[in-house]
Amino acid sequence: MTVTDDRPAAEVGSARRRKEDARLITGRTNWTENLTLPGMLHLAILRSPVAHARIASIDVAPALREAGVVAVFTGRDIADAQGSLPCAWPVTADIVHPDHPALAVEEVRHAGEAVAVVVARDRASALDALAAIEVDYDPLPVVLDMEAALAEGADLVHADKGTNASYTWIYDSAQAGSGGSVEQARADAEVVIRRRYRQQRLIPAFMEPRSVVVDPTGDQVTVWSATQIPHILRFLLAVITGTPEHKVRVIAPDVGGGFGGKLQVTAEEMIAFVIAQRLGRPVKYTESRSESLLSAHHGRDQIQDLELSAKRDGTVLGLHVKLLANMGAYLGIVTPGVPLLGAFMYNAIYKFAAYRFECTGVFTNTTLTDAYRGAGRPEATFAIERIMDELAVELGMDPIELRRRNWIGTGEFPFNTVAGLTYDSGNYEAATDKALALLGYDELRAEQARRRESHDPVQLGIGVSTYTEMCGLAPSRVLGALRYGAGGWEHASVRLLPTGKVEVVTGTSPHGQGHETAWSQIVADQLGVGFDDVEVLHGDTRTSVRGLDTYGSRSLAVGGIALVEACRKVVDKAKPIAAHMLECDVSDLEFTGGSFRVRGNPDGGRTLADCALAVFAAHDLPDGIEPSLDADATYDPVNFSFPHGTHLCAVEVDTDTGRVGIRSYVAVDDVGLVVNPLIVEGQVHGGVAQGIGQALYEEAVYDADGNLVTGTLVDYLVPSAADLPNLVTDRTETAAPGHPLGVKGVGEAGAIAATPAVVNAIVDALRPYGVNDVPMPCTPERIWRAIRDAGAAGAAGSGEAQEGGEQS
Amino acid sequence: MTRISVTVDGVRYDDDVEPRTLLVYYLRERLGKVGTVVGCDTSNCGACTVLMAGPDSSPVAVKSCNVLAVQADRHQITTIEGLSDHGGPQHPLQQAFHDRHALQCGFCTPGMILASVDLLAENPDPTDEEIRTGLEGNLCRCTGYQNIVRAVHDAAAAMRANGATVPAARPAADASQPAAEEVPA
Amino acid sequence: MIPAWFDYANPSTVDEAVSALAEGGEDAKALAGGQSLIPLLRLRMAAPALLVDLGSIDELRGVREEDDDIVIGAMTTHAALLADPLVRAYAPVLVDAVATVADRQVRHRGTFGGSLSHADPAGDMPAAAVAADATLEVAGPSGRRSVAAADFFVDYLTTALQPGELLVAVRVPKRPGWGSEYLKFNRVAQAWAMVGVAATVRRDNGTIAEARVALTNMGPTPVRALAVEQALSGVPATRDAITAAAAQAGEGTRPSSDVSASAEYRLHLAGVLTGRAVAAAAGLTD
Repeated sequence: MTVTDDRPAAEVGSARRRKEDARLITGRTNWTENLTLPGMLHLAILRSPVAHARIASIDVAPALREAGVVAVFTGRDIADAQGSLPCAWPVTADIVHPDHPALAVEEVRHAGEAVAVVVARDRASALDALAAIEVDYDPLPVVLDMEAALAEGADLVHADKGTNASYTWIYDSAQAGSGGSVEQARADAEVVIRRRYRQQRLIPAFMEPRSVVVDPTGDQVTVWSATQIPHILRFLLAVITGTPEHKVRVIAPDVGGGFGGKLQVTAEEMIAFVIAQRLGRPVKYTESRSESLLSAHHGRDQIQDLELSAKRDGTVLGLHVKLLANMGAYLGIVTPGVPLLGAFMYNAIYKFAAYRFECTGVFTNTTLTDAYRGAGRPEATFAIERIMDELAVELGMDPIELRRRNWIGTGEFPFNTVAGLTYDSGNYEAATDKALALLGYDELRAEQARRRESHDPVQLGIGVSTYTEMCGLAPSRVLGALRYGAGGWEHASVRLLPTGKVEVVTGTSPHGQGHETAWSQIVADQLGVGFDDVEVLHGDTRTSVRGLDTYGSRSLAVGGIALVEACRKVVDKAKPIAAHMLECDVSDLEFTGGSFRVRGNPDGGRTLADCALAVFAAHDLPDGIEPSLDADATYDPVNFSFPHGTHLCAVEVDTDTGRVGIRSYVAVDDVGLVVNPLIVEGQVHGGVAQGIGQALYEEAVYDADGNLVTGTLVDYLVPSAADLPNLVTDRTETAAPGHPLGVKGVGEAGAIAATPAVVNAIVDALRPYGVNDVPMPCTPERIWRAIRDAGAAGAAGSGEAQEGGEQS
Repeated sequence: MTRISVTVDGVRYDDDVEPRTLLVYYLRERLGKVGTVVGCDTSNCGACTVLMAGPDSSPVAVKSCNVLAVQADRHQITTIEGLSDHGGPQHPLQQAFHDRHALQCGFCTPGMILASVDLLAENPDPTDEEIRTGLEGNLCRCTGYQNIVRAVHDAAAAMRANGATVPAARPAADASQPAAEEVPA
Repeated sequence: MIPAWFDYANPSTVDEAVSALAEGGEDAKALAGGQSLIPLLRLRMAAPALLVDLGSIDELRGVREEDDDIVIGAMTTHAALLADPLVRAYAPVLVDAVATVADRQVRHRGTFGGSLSHADPAGDMPAAAVAADATLEVAGPSGRRSVAAADFFVDYLTTALQPGELLVAVRVPKRPGWGSEYLKFNRVAQAWAMVGVAATVRRDNGTIAEARVALTNMGPTPVRALAVEQALSGVPATRDAITAAAAQAGEGTRPSSDVSASAEYRLHLAGVLTGRAVAAAAGLTD
């Protein structure tokens, strides 16, 4: 018998509208902030106004006298209970890993660090009482610049550690045996290009502010949190605080976006967890947007020095990357590992012979950084796609042509890269050709030439970004080899109810990605049941008993396989029961369209629902058969998932003001086969929007004292619909080998691809002015300055562009 | 405390409130209207958008985090919960948002939908650019707005064809896709 | 997130409002549309003891004609101003400016008088009021008085309003036949102006007879670009002539450097945008 396991016909692949929408468009969503429990108390957090100081004294007595206040806690009050917030990825054996108390005890190391907590009967009273707490800070030197932080004699973020360097991590293809040496490549090269790029600090800025409710009054301590990681949070809360794991329940209700920003064990969750148990009453904490921008973890913030060695005909030889990665003041759950996720991707889609990557994680007196959409890969893709454009200009070659010369051809997969990965599949040619056609590349190049000829004050630029990325986190052995603290498997369980309905429990934890819908589509095809007959449960550790949650574009790539395997087990379990009912041999059965039939007999089949009812009654089952069809599966991937694509961006630059307008944006992505094209397209749209945001608008800015200047949405510029262009998206489909549905991850692809497409376009527009870089975000002022400074340099007779660091 | 009388989704409520109470918190915490959410503290994000009508003014979109509950005295408020009857047919914008996958996490969605209601009330046939500019006060981090613009277009067409308060006929389905579905109640 | 406690008064007449404000003194603030004030209260950057709500005072609403002027009630919302036929006909620079303020929702609540009284240097309406030669009518404990827009904006967030005074109406001379434009340069659509330019121009066939140009966010108060106005007087209505005149836009300005822009860039923008705004106001299309 066969379960249909080639390309499914009905549900998978169709543009099903989402089940999730029913509650979301009618305001019946279950946000954490909605929760009210009897006797619940509200928390307000007093946060450090300074970037680095010793806490000389805290007087909470005046706050205790305020109306409605029940208690006030300082770090000393909960020092033992709170332990240290976790870093689950200590990337080297000698990593400097400081303690990280949720509530600061002796010292604050970034503006916004929690210093005291007011517990009150209502939110307003709690906030009012904050002003009454008196804190004496003894200022300490503030460290902000990474290079200064590593210099001899630098002030220290953690005085007891003796250094601001957390770790240095190296990958060298010669040492690893995956390629040659970069020194040799440099020696063999005819062209060597060196560039420095800055990945500015970003803020994930999910729309739902973080919120946590803890109820200690039941048999379990129940934690509701707007988190991406309910399973991981449960495990770590137990491990850190000593609360027995089976006594902790974590629920992620509806969660309003995460983008990696809710992939954390947060100070606020720990504070609520400890205080609720201390008081024996439920507590709630919901942050304001200002608090969120300041103290929820930030993203990116790297200084990248690259050296690219190549031949005059465009063949790339070697790539040497040196990275300084800003950890912030502490190590968050995967902070040190984020740059490592990018480490394997600087070589990108190109056949480099040699590759070396060195990264130092640096402490500064800023909010800690951690995962943000793409987590290491956008940084890598930006650097390589920018420097490939620089090489193209150096060689007088079309940037697309340069890429064609170096990328992995369709027939060369699976391909072992110089960074030690094996790319599963891809078709860079097809995606690129499609993108070029959709953009009207040749016509735009002609228009660009005309505008250059006529010295039009509005110049046109075209930027390309050809990317692949490693997602579908992750093969557990690889994670172990990288010293990551957890595995990368995923779990699903499928149970047949007696009436034939299906309950699916997934270990993934969606926060906008539509798993309830996509998983229903998969199960409907696998089991031959109706799309609406499937209920998908997630996010509650009492229901979803194991899982590794949602991040790293892993849910479908890994969780989807677990789901398919669980479904197959269900069908396998039903086989003997169906055979028994049909009075035939198991080998005579086939399962198609949701029914078991005797091969060659189109009548009289038995559905899974029939089998489910039969096992429920268990009146007449074959001997030795367990009365259950329910099955689960835990799947550990053997490789990462490697979606790829080609994004093209055309911009107009008003050279009088520096303002950029995106004229066209085309994204052709290959995420393998797709379960739901609407959801896939939506993920690309959202990712591209964030990538454009990084290119043009967003930056978390600290002043010289370590205060976050961009502390509200007035100054941290999340783009609106009016600030983003119409997006043209399309796909090619190269099936992922080794995935029963042939799918790859998509959640981060847009954010990975878009930023260099936009910046390459801007720089392309400005090449005639002698500009070879504009630092991100490419504000009008920066563009205006780039033109002006390059012009001044030209006028001074140097004849070479000054922007963007050194050239070869 | 100040006495206010506010009609919300067709029901009148008389309450004593602190003057400093924001309308959004009054709606959420006093009236249990949790469909309206708080997304920021500087009136940028628009997630808190509701419709507000006065004794002699027609309903317009306002950011309920930027209105005091006392300012809503004698006014009528429509929240996302009041846009359609529970179990009844959806408003054309709700239907269109569903059909066009114009939401992912859903946090910005009630505010986005109500802002769109207001936009279409003033401009029943907007261009893409007018939609984008009209929604500049509503931030979304998930969708990139592409499908939101499509949805507002579809809803506008449906509303022009059928009249503003009558739920739209199903938008024409792409032949390659299953028909647009009714949102289950 | 939540404002500190304040007492609340809801007067129905101007006199009652004046009394309440005078009594409250420095700790009292008038509440107009609240679109600037309420965020400050939520961030606890302002904590007045008393808020005097102007929302129930009928006298403060409405737009009317009065001989050679139009008179705009202080509590006229931005949205109402945008849609008002009298304003569109006789003081279109106000319409050009108000269309750029914030977003639809904020415009439904925010008021003309509120934004003038708040006097944020990045606000659009003060410069537009200056360019429109507006006169602001003020009521206070000592009675009513008029203040020219150019004299009303004194310093950063500071107007000529004395304790107990409130803005009642804005009187604007009718300027039929004048062209106008307001250009706002910002980084994202709902952002405050990095630099803004309000321009009104009266043409005499092929020349510019007179102009008013006022700049947003080129100093703690709106700046009237007198040097530009003088340079425009009598010149041919051509791009070259206008651009040459606009080069003086920086005169008399004190732009600041902040996270949005440097002073140097603001000066550059002022010149470029002034040229473009005046050209548009002069009816030059490209």
